[in-house]
Amino acid sequence: MTCRPLTILGIPATVIAFGSLSLLVGQNSPTGNDSAPAPQKKTATTAATSQAVPTAKPNGFRTSWGDPDLQGVWNDATSTPLQRPNGVANKEVLSEEEAEQFQAQTAGRLSRDRRDGDAQVDVNRAYNEHWMDSRRLKVTADHRTSLIVDPPDGKIPPLVPISAERQKMLNERGAEVGRFNAGMPNNYRDFDLAVRCVIRTDVPPYMPIIYNNDLQIVQSPGYVVIAPEMIHSARIIPVDGRPHINKHLLLWLGDSRGHWEGNTLVVETTNFRPDSNIFQDADPKTLHLTERFTRVDAKTINYEYTVEDPHTWTHPWTVRIPWTRIDPGEQMYEYACHEDNYDVSHFLQGARERERRGEVVQPIPELPLNEPLK
Amino acid sequence: MVVPAAAQQSATPKQPAAGQLGESARQYALDIGQFPPYKPARMPDGHPDLNGNWQAMVSADWDLQDHDAQSGPKPEINGVYGAGPAGQSIVEGGEIPYRPEALAKKKRNFEMRATVDVSNDKTWHDLGDPELKCYMPGVPRANYLPYPFRIVQGGDASSPYMLISYEFASATRIIRMNWKETAPVPSWMGWSRGHWEGDTLVVDVSGFREETWFDRAGDYHSDELHVVERYTPVSPYHLMYEATIEDPKVFTRPWKIRFPLYRRMEQDFQLLEFKCEPFTEEMLYGRFGKKPAP
Repeated sequence: MTCRPLTILGIPATVIAFGSLSLLVGQNSPTGNDSAPAPQKKTATTAATSQAVPTAKPNGFRTSWGDPDLQGVWNDATSTPLQRPNGVANKEVLSEEEAEQFQAQTAGRLSRDRRDGDAQVDVNRAYNEHWMDSRRLKVTADHRTSLIVDPPDGKIPPLVPISAERQKMLNERGAEVGRFNAGMPNNYRDFDLAVRCVIRTDVPPYMPIIYNNDLQIVQSPGYVVIAPEMIHSARIIPVDGRPHINKHLLLWLGDSRGHWEGNTLVVETTNFRPDSNIFQDADPKTLHLTERFTRVDAKTINYEYTVEDPHTWTHPWTVRIPWTRIDPGEQMYEYACHEDNYDVSHFLQGARERERRGEVVQPIPELPLNEPLK
Repeated sequence: MVVPAAAQQSATPKQPAAGQLGESARQYALDIGQFPPYKPARMPDGHPDLNGNWQAMVSADWDLQDHDAQSGPKPEINGVYGAGPAGQSIVEGGEIPYRPEALAKKKRNFEMRATVDVSNDKTWHDLGDPELKCYMPGVPRANYLPYPFRIVQGGDASSPYMLISYEFASATRIIRMNWKETAPVPSWMGWSRGHWEGDTLVVDVSGFREETWFDRAGDYHSDELHVVERYTPVSPYHLMYEATIEDPKVFTRPWKIRFPLYRRMEQDFQLLEFKCEPFTEEMLYGRFGKKPAP
């Protein structure tokens, strides 16, 4: 599978994730080494369970060792927008009929087979519906008008003024993106992490995207492992009560620790690298991410996360995205990316050729593709 | 794409006799005289519990066969950094049974192992060890790279999957248990289908892309590679690992490698990240950058 630059697809390079260093450092670790020997592991599982706050009676989805069962291959694609469009400002949930209309409207906006834009827009849509996940044209089954469930208006809370240091960093990043969009990258450092195939949508919190919206969950006693299809990384989440790794160790995907609250897996993630993709341009030093995974029926996990960052937003906000089970009828495939990342070579050689010809191209801050839904 | 459902695991898995090992691994265990009969800890489904963080101690990533200590590719820059340790062959019988023309290609691979050229899509993969370029390592190489990996084994009927997460390049394998369908498309890590034979996890891996290598010595395969792996617990801290490697385009007969995997025992050990793509960018793409550098 070839990989394509996400920025050229109208996906903001920064709509991915991040975390904070200040979470959960005081928990006891009943065991350092998981399954050797077995009795230790038992202790770990029991300790984790005893911390759980029961919020619901156990439902039928349990592993053979008694944890809530989240296993399977799941898909989180949807056309329901993150923020509620003004046209449905007063409607949190739509009726059947309204939802149909909303779905048609959002699908029309997202379609890349449209030919109603100018030449530049048309060229950007050449990467057309053939390549896209068609599930992303359906609204969520609960007919909500935004993925944001809190605040109640379905909008990202107001921004607070950001520091000069962060503004400078964002400006530099903007300049790189501008050169890349214009087809004139100076070098590989002008490409974002997704185009460079370092990380893509495998960084929490997870958001639906144009394709490869599959996530596989496999569990073992004391662990939940999430393997997003893009890019082939496995996020190993201990749920045995051990503390986070030392705060000096930084990871692209962050350091995750989970615990069970009734049927819900609650995951806190810290130790993100500051140069990782930071969710919504938040401050990696202060962003606090909490995710909740709840199996609600045979085919659905409710995935919910809350982000809090006093350096970015006036209030915390919460997103809910239903995940739909797709296996065993469908399977995840290996998403190789760096291995055949022809794009980097093509873009750079193209830029050098343009320079050789004396072409001067102005930076393009944002590629026109789809106008937002009003 | 629709893939028919997996056959579910049998409701009553075969209960092996105490201490029963895969025949080949047991022979190996007896050969090296280290492991008395062992009854492994079990999962609720009755199969041995292979969960944990594992790592090989062999230096086979340098060379599967006998090798002396050696300098790295550019000693004038790297000194002893990048040099390799000596090691004994992990190949049964010592030698890999190459076809004569294939042996010539292995030698050329070795000579060009540190040369890369991604200026042309058609020859993108022609030169250089894939490990040097941080490409997914393939199987069995992933298991003897000098990095840890984690086996994730649940064993529930609701999830006929195991997973192996490798620290190197964040490579991941899904092992489909008792699965009938063959690989829908070729891939770097192959299409892994597992089943239990007594206390041994047997994994049949096929559907490989041809670009991965076995080691830095240039040992390689074609797209007809077929690997059968056997993982057998021989103590709380060791898995015996064996892989049978078959590729009629490159080898005159199937051959085997065997070595133990060691459980990482450090307190609170966990996999970290070796996302090595950023370490390759200057080597792969630096030559296409603006000159002079802005």
